[in-house]
Amino acid sequence: MPLVRPPVTWTPPEQVEARPSSRFSRLEGEAIGILREAAAACRRPVLLYSIGKDSSVLLHLARKAFFPGRMPFPLLHIDTGWKFREMIAHRDRIVAELGLELLVHVNVEGRRRGINPFTSGAAVHTQVMKTEALRQALDLHGFDAAIGGARRDEERSRAKERVFSLRGSGHSWNPRDQRPELWGLWNTRLGPGESLRVFPLSNWTEADIWDYVLSEDIPVVPLYLARERPVIRRSGIWIMRDDDRMPLLPDEQPETRSVRFRSLGCWPLTGAIESTATTVQDIIAEMRATRWTERAGRVIDGEGEASMESKKREGYF
Amino acid sequence: MPDSLALVHSRELLRFLACGSVDDGKSTLIGRLLFETGSVPDDQLARLARESRLHGTTGNDLNYALLLDGLEAEQQQGITIDVAWRYFRTPKRAFIVADTPGHAQYTRNMATGATYCSLAIILVDASRGLLEQTRRHAMICALLGIREVVLAVNKMDLVGYDEAAFIQISTAWYALAGSLGFSSATAIPLSARSGENLVRPSGVMPWYDGPCLLGLLEAIEISDDASLLPFRFPVQWVIRSDEGFRGFAGTVGSGRVKVSDSLAVASSGRVACVARIVTMDGDLPQAEAGQAVTLVLNEAVDIARGDLLVEPSLRPAMADEFAAQLIWLDEEPMLPGRGYALRIGHLWTSASITSVHYAREVMTGGIRPVQRLEMNEVGLCHFAAARRVPVDPYQANQATGAFILVDQLTRRTVGAGLMERSLNQARNIHPEASPVDRRARAALVGQKPLAVWFTGLSGSGKSTIAKQVEQALHAAGRHTYCLDGDNLRHGLCRDLAFTPEDRMENIRRAGEVARLMLDAGLIVLCAFISPYRAERKLVRDLFQPDEFCEVFVDAPIGICMARDPKGLYAKARRGLIPDLTGMGSPYEAPEAPDLHLRTDRQPLEDSVAEVLAHLRAAGIDF
Repeated sequence: MPLVRPPVTWTPPEQVEARPSSRFSRLEGEAIGILREAAAACRRPVLLYSIGKDSSVLLHLARKAFFPGRMPFPLLHIDTGWKFREMIAHRDRIVAELGLELLVHVNVEGRRRGINPFTSGAAVHTQVMKTEALRQALDLHGFDAAIGGARRDEERSRAKERVFSLRGSGHSWNPRDQRPELWGLWNTRLGPGESLRVFPLSNWTEADIWDYVLSEDIPVVPLYLARERPVIRRSGIWIMRDDDRMPLLPDEQPETRSVRFRSLGCWPLTGAIESTATTVQDIIAEMRATRWTERAGRVIDGEGEASMESKKREGYF
Repeated sequence: MPDSLALVHSRELLRFLACGSVDDGKSTLIGRLLFETGSVPDDQLARLARESRLHGTTGNDLNYALLLDGLEAEQQQGITIDVAWRYFRTPKRAFIVADTPGHAQYTRNMATGATYCSLAIILVDASRGLLEQTRRHAMICALLGIREVVLAVNKMDLVGYDEAAFIQISTAWYALAGSLGFSSATAIPLSARSGENLVRPSGVMPWYDGPCLLGLLEAIEISDDASLLPFRFPVQWVIRSDEGFRGFAGTVGSGRVKVSDSLAVASSGRVACVARIVTMDGDLPQAEAGQAVTLVLNEAVDIARGDLLVEPSLRPAMADEFAAQLIWLDEEPMLPGRGYALRIGHLWTSASITSVHYAREVMTGGIRPVQRLEMNEVGLCHFAAARRVPVDPYQANQATGAFILVDQLTRRTVGAGLMERSLNQARNIHPEASPVDRRARAALVGQKPLAVWFTGLSGSGKSTIAKQVEQALHAAGRHTYCLDGDNLRHGLCRDLAFTPEDRMENIRRAGEVARLMLDAGLIVLCAFISPYRAERKLVRDLFQPDEFCEVFVDAPIGICMARDPKGLYAKARRGLIPDLTGMGSPYEAPEAPDLHLRTDRQPLEDSVAEVLAHLRAAGIDF
């Protein structure tokens, strides 16, 4: 079947330029309202901080929501042990500068069993070190609401996600059990064993995130910006060897290229793109021209057409 | 103020929904809009090509609907179940689209999507014309306050792009739209599958000289500007900091506010001035609908989460009885008289439906009398709430005129309410303390008034214990009254039977009588089987926490049947009482009673002593 491009009457969308305050005040107001609601209505909420751009925006909005008071919940980072070193450094710097309470959780049992992206495979690694680790951490601390930076424009099954998404006991997600959400009058009532996932950035797009990072001058991990980095080509994806735990295949030869990341996860599972965008403005310009989704570089999402949906059913964010 | 920020927003960002009957092609239309505006990245396009072959219903063409139906069940069944949210941009505007389900059984999902939108595209199939579901969706859009509607007459290719077919449908449409009061209701002939009149004028329908769909979406002026309405600010969170800061955080619901404006607390009527409008980016001189801010007032006023700050000269009525349109969302039908949790703004209280006046008829636009609403039905109901709530008519203010109902047990969102009017007679009178009040009456007789609610199976010992407790209190000089099922059912409640609805009404009246007696300064002992948790909750909500205690009089059904003081169980076994609690009708045990008496394990006097000890601990001295 031929893949036909639409006839070119539509040039790539230009940004509608307006005062930043007016462009974002609706999205910002909505997100801040959701953050305050989670704090007011839930017994023990936590902000899932994955260090990426969405988490950075989320954290910035959370500081705004409770200013000049303190954020009434801690941050939680699920560390798989395979995050880029620059991510961990960024995390520690932000937490220290802002004086935040950070909890780091590692699935110790998974680490002891030697789970890793190479021999265990991407799916098992993600299941054990991310999904199971998240469930462990939520149970351990008794969190009844986990606030995350997921957006509806990221992926098809997320397009149907609620803002306050109900999880049954065992953190399972049943799309058919979700409550209707009308007028932003959230129903946050929970039964025994139930919990919530809360998504303040539901209606933000990737473009909104970057425009907001630019206009609010929010610090992000430098990996988002292009630089010469050592990479290898594997399964059609540029992988950056962040340390020497990644065994090279016989014909693999690390090379240095100008690359950056659109989305950050475990380094062996996150593809880089070739780019020369060295500023946030460059990123925005590059994004307007691109024809690929941001998660296209994620190794875990491609396994099975509905793989995000099945991961969510098991308790993935 | 035509150049207000809110108008800038609505020009920049349009939230709309696509609705209409199943198979009218909503997902295809939105999928194609995304595709034609260059919003579908290449990797998704490649996947679409694969899936179009796999779930192939469109031969060799791309099946655009697959861009939207994200859940596995939807792809397998080829239908849309849940609302899908999509985002796209053109040089002129950014759009948020709700793709809503067409099946009648998912009408509630369509209504949910509509509460966020200011424009609706209603699709019809040109070969089928206006259907029941088209009318239902148009009616719900009108009810929810959507003023701009577009009728997309889709699948014009199936009728050979025939002008007469379009005119027939659009004539019927304009008649319907006129009766629903939309401000605009353009009908556009198009074909989502082949792209005619979607993003550019079609060459195959030269007889049509109106706008194409995208052209209209880009150009239309949206008139729902909430910042021009009276100021409303639902307090969401109180911010306190170490430096003695105290601010009220929330998102401006409607209108605007400036520093030095005076504001009233809707519930108490207290007035104060705005001293600062605080944000992390610095103080603002003013704020308006949609902005999240923190207000600092110039004096200490008692304000908590759930309160509504309003413009003092344009206050909402405060009422605990009101009329509202209700959309029923749950599979379990509504039960008038049952207590539901009600959320309005950031306030949670409980409320029951006291009467259902009518349900709306979809096909005729008329109404018909009903006793209750079934799922997806809409009707006018009267409500009684446990406390006064602000009543802004929804048609005048969507930000504060809406509420939801939540089932107390399943915690599902079961109803969506749109305020119409207060039913309290003295609607402009704010509650004022009477010189002779509850406290004064109780002080005269020198006691703390209290309601003690005994619940349990027939034969568990409720009335016996209640009467002995009353005797002990009376002997000690306390003023008391004992209410039980028998003395109410002979008089006040003799019109009631034993159906679930009537049982609830019986308990509601008992609770109200107990409240009046408590107001008179009495200690009221109430003995009612009161089998449903929701009803007991409704009664409890009538009282302040320190005025009420619940006593669970607990004995196994076998023991109660053996005691059978009134011979009811014997009659039930002979089939004479089909709905006796414990046999034909359920008893829901209290989850957290203030006192739990096991009357099968201890003698009567011990149970009485336990209750008396509890009353002493609650501050009653005798």
